[in-house]
Amino acid sequence: MSRTIRELADDLESGRATAVQLAEAALKQLEQKQATHHVALSLARERALQRAAEIDEARASGEPMGRLAGIPFIAKDNFLTYGTTTTAAAKILENFEAPYQSTAIEKLEAEGAIMIAKANLDAFAHGSSTENSFYGPTKNAVDPTRVPGGSSGGSATAVALDIVPFALGTDTGGSIRQPASFSGVYGMKPTYGLVSRYGVVAMASSTDTIGAFAHTAEDVALVMDVIAGKDERDSTTLPDLPHDSLVTSNQPQKLKIGLVKEYMTDDVHPDVRAAVEKRVGDLRALGHEVDEVSLPSLKLALAIYYIVVPAEISSNLSRYDGIKYGLSAEQATSLDEVYGLTRDQGFMAENKRRILIGTYVLSSGYYDAYYRKAQTARTILIDEFTRAFERYDMLIGPVSPTTAFKLGENTDDPLKMYLADIMTVAVSLAGLPALSVPSGTDGQGLPIGLQLIGKQRDDGLLFAVAQQLEAN
Amino acid sequence: MTHSTISISDVQYVASLAKIAVGDTEAAKLRDELDTILGYVQQLDELHTDDITPTYQVTGLTNIVREDVIVDYGVTPLALLQNAPSTQDNQIKVPRVL
Repeated sequence: MSRTIRELADDLESGRATAVQLAEAALKQLEQKQATHHVALSLARERALQRAAEIDEARASGEPMGRLAGIPFIAKDNFLTYGTTTTAAAKILENFEAPYQSTAIEKLEAEGAIMIAKANLDAFAHGSSTENSFYGPTKNAVDPTRVPGGSSGGSATAVALDIVPFALGTDTGGSIRQPASFSGVYGMKPTYGLVSRYGVVAMASSTDTIGAFAHTAEDVALVMDVIAGKDERDSTTLPDLPHDSLVTSNQPQKLKIGLVKEYMTDDVHPDVRAAVEKRVGDLRALGHEVDEVSLPSLKLALAIYYIVVPAEISSNLSRYDGIKYGLSAEQATSLDEVYGLTRDQGFMAENKRRILIGTYVLSSGYYDAYYRKAQTARTILIDEFTRAFERYDMLIGPVSPTTAFKLGENTDDPLKMYLADIMTVAVSLAGLPALSVPSGTDGQGLPIGLQLIGKQRDDGLLFAVAQQLEAN
Repeated sequence: MTHSTISISDVQYVASLAKIAVGDTEAAKLRDELDTILGYVQQLDELHTDDITPTYQVTGLTNIVREDVIVDYGVTPLALLQNAPSTQDNQIKVPRVL
């Protein structure tokens, strides 16, 4: 049975458990699952147990406790943290020890949360299955012959296996929502700029966001409330949301909800469509109005995404040069060889593909035809969302056209792998918040996720509706 | 958009711009993969975008400024140098440039 943040917090408050016991139990559970699921890339045992002991001591002496005091969690290994290495699942950062921590980790620690380990991911978060990790894939929590989704596959699996009640991930084009959907847990991608990216390994700066996985909408909302907020170290962060807007107990009434027509075509597995249609019934039973809405440019979103995002990747990943930190090719004898050999040896094939596509679409003679064209198409896509939100409070659809696929099924065909993100990338390009809500299983018992999509800064509404569905 | 088949020498040229020493076998494989992906994104051709402004920033924020003062984030030069592959006299060491 899954244990939530709220249940663990109750145990800690009533003295039924200590923070040290919870951290030890989580570490033990993680070690047992490593052999079968390869959830984590490293453990932060020593620091976790020391911090847990400090929390227990503070509680015993009656000090005021943070909102997550003594709650264990796992962070995707692209968050800079103390206590262990930060590798981004890439060879080029194999032994990297972060000299500072990301803002999200600092905020969680300030509320007393205890990070026990770093979760596996596709190297540099480039992927949709966690198979692009230099350290080997993570296995799906429900069926270990299948992928957990990606790129935040380790984080999703850690929650789905009940190792920790919540985990941090990053979502650039679906990397939280899709693994949440494949693993049967909640996964939140917030409004662009809601959470500081300071200290998180950059992928595509115009769509990178930070979010969380948990067993309940209430738990995800609590974690997001802790990590959200303006940060002078990330100038893209938005002004703070009104106090408590993420953890509100408001019950939204009679919402107008649009079911996205382009996400319910014959290309979507019938079991996935049926699960979404069942949720439409649930929403209507709650008193909401649900109509079909069409956003014709959605079918171009993946093409826009695979120009814009590789372009930003090629720029962001130019910092890995074999000189300042990370791997440095030993056989290099000139500066140019240091760059070239280090980057050839240190990046995965998918990293190179994206860097080269990005370099190509930004290169002289191709910039207007590809990059500028895509950014213009992005304007058209965003306008369609804006118009839809003039009529609807929220949009819904599936997270993914399929349930979890088999390990190795898509690894030989990069484009086929990219198509796994076809229903998540548009939201990223428009900077909208979206929540993956567990919504039943397919004929084989594999989890299906419903995607709730809101206006910018309307993240709280998604949690409120998800809680209504949960209680239904 | 004028997507024509990209050649192995195109791949090698782009790889040189990106500073990745790609081998010949890898370049051939990348040629096929890049060709498929660039062929897929070519579907944007059907959009008329002449009078439309590109979007580079989605939340409407403009320049964020602050006072030009030193902010101490608590990260020391020594801590940063510890991650460098090679150092000498508190500086990062690189192979001969000239």
